[in-house]
Amino acid sequence: MTNLHIGENSYNCEAEESVLDALLRQDVDVSYACKKGTCHSCMLRSMKGAPTAKSQADLKDTLKSQNYFLSCLCVPEQDMSLKLPEQSELYSEGKVVVNEMLNRNTILLIVECHDVLEYFAGQFVNLQREDGLTRSYSISNTPQESKTLEFHIRRLPGGKFSEWVHDHLKVGDLISVSEPKGHCFYIPERKDEGILLVGTGTGLAPLAGILTDALSHGHSGPIHLFHGSSEQEDLYRIDEMRQLSEQHSNFSYTPCVSGAQVSEGFEKGRANTVALTKVQNLKGWRVFLCGHPDMVSQMKTQAFLKGASIADIYTDAFVISAE
Amino acid sequence: MSESSQSLFDRIGGEAAVNAAVELFYRKVLEDYRINRFFDKTNMEEQITKQKAFFTMAFGGPNTYTGRDMRDVHARLVKMGLNDSHFDAVMEHLGATLVELNVPADLIGEAAAIAESVRPDVLGK
Repeated sequence: MTNLHIGENSYNCEAEESVLDALLRQDVDVSYACKKGTCHSCMLRSMKGAPTAKSQADLKDTLKSQNYFLSCLCVPEQDMSLKLPEQSELYSEGKVVVNEMLNRNTILLIVECHDVLEYFAGQFVNLQREDGLTRSYSISNTPQESKTLEFHIRRLPGGKFSEWVHDHLKVGDLISVSEPKGHCFYIPERKDEGILLVGTGTGLAPLAGILTDALSHGHSGPIHLFHGSSEQEDLYRIDEMRQLSEQHSNFSYTPCVSGAQVSEGFEKGRANTVALTKVQNLKGWRVFLCGHPDMVSQMKTQAFLKGASIADIYTDAFVISAE
Repeated sequence: MSESSQSLFDRIGGEAAVNAAVELFYRKVLEDYRINRFFDKTNMEEQITKQKAFFTMAFGGPNTYTGRDMRDVHARLVKMGLNDSHFDAVMEHLGATLVELNVPADLIGEAAAIAESVRPDVLGK
């Protein structure tokens, strides 16, 4: 028999019993559906005690690395400390150290935070205003050394949070930062294989972070970045990306403009369409797609059909809050 | 254990063979205009898992599907017009996938026979 710890509580797990069954038997409210590894709705995270290989077999590498596992498939071999998805979120205090415009409508917000060891470029956090208003933004830098988190925040017309960030938030102000979330980030493995990054608008934020992370780990396989928008004025960090591509022979950068006005040095068309004409075969590649939900879902299928494995396709689609 | 007493699942290569087959198969299906409307593109992860179950079943491996399950999960598709011609197309892709993976013809025949056996349940006959 093994023990399962969740916060202050302990639960026993009989021999041959799955984590899910043990928790349900002891009235812990865990969401689940199929109980055979298909639906992934019972996914939990182990904070201590490695999950069994079987319970992680179908998960993405980034989820495995954070000890996520399917509780229905896990008959524990040792005691485990678990975290339920709905456990209340921990926020830490951050201080704004930079807010400057990246282009006509997007701000670069840099927030100083004390404990960022577990934060990876490309993941996202919830930022929270004093009154509780909360929005998710992707991390666009590698936080460990600078102890800062960088975000690209576009002003949305009528967007409560983004207008507040643009119009009122100042250097020195405090803002609450959640724990890191999401599985869209770089793992320093398979360094000689390709990475395709396709983003629209502020979808560049996680991609730029993943790019920095990959290059700093000495990733030697080809890395292609396609960043698109309908107008050139909504792209940003163009010179910086061009410079990086000159410094790193394995990195190529293609800014794409889908509107009518296309200057020299830019490709005409949507970023995903342009990307598909430039890459022939994605077998063995990791693919990161961030931005407009339609682009993300179309490109996901296309990347798969071009040979990328489903587990190697990471997506982060914009969510526009209705409230 | 002599080779002939091993299960088809083991002779064909077990779970590794299933994993190799599913994505090849799903690509063929998504590119086939005759049947791709029956396959969800919005949740590809879930589709891959379902196809793993399908291959495990076709290889005679451990699976928990009953005829009743087969009927229930495909009922919605039968309403959308799923018929023998679509089942034939899937059988075609199953065979082509296994050929691509260099599975010997006699084993492909065995797998095809198992898959064929669920045709009435899938089509709700």
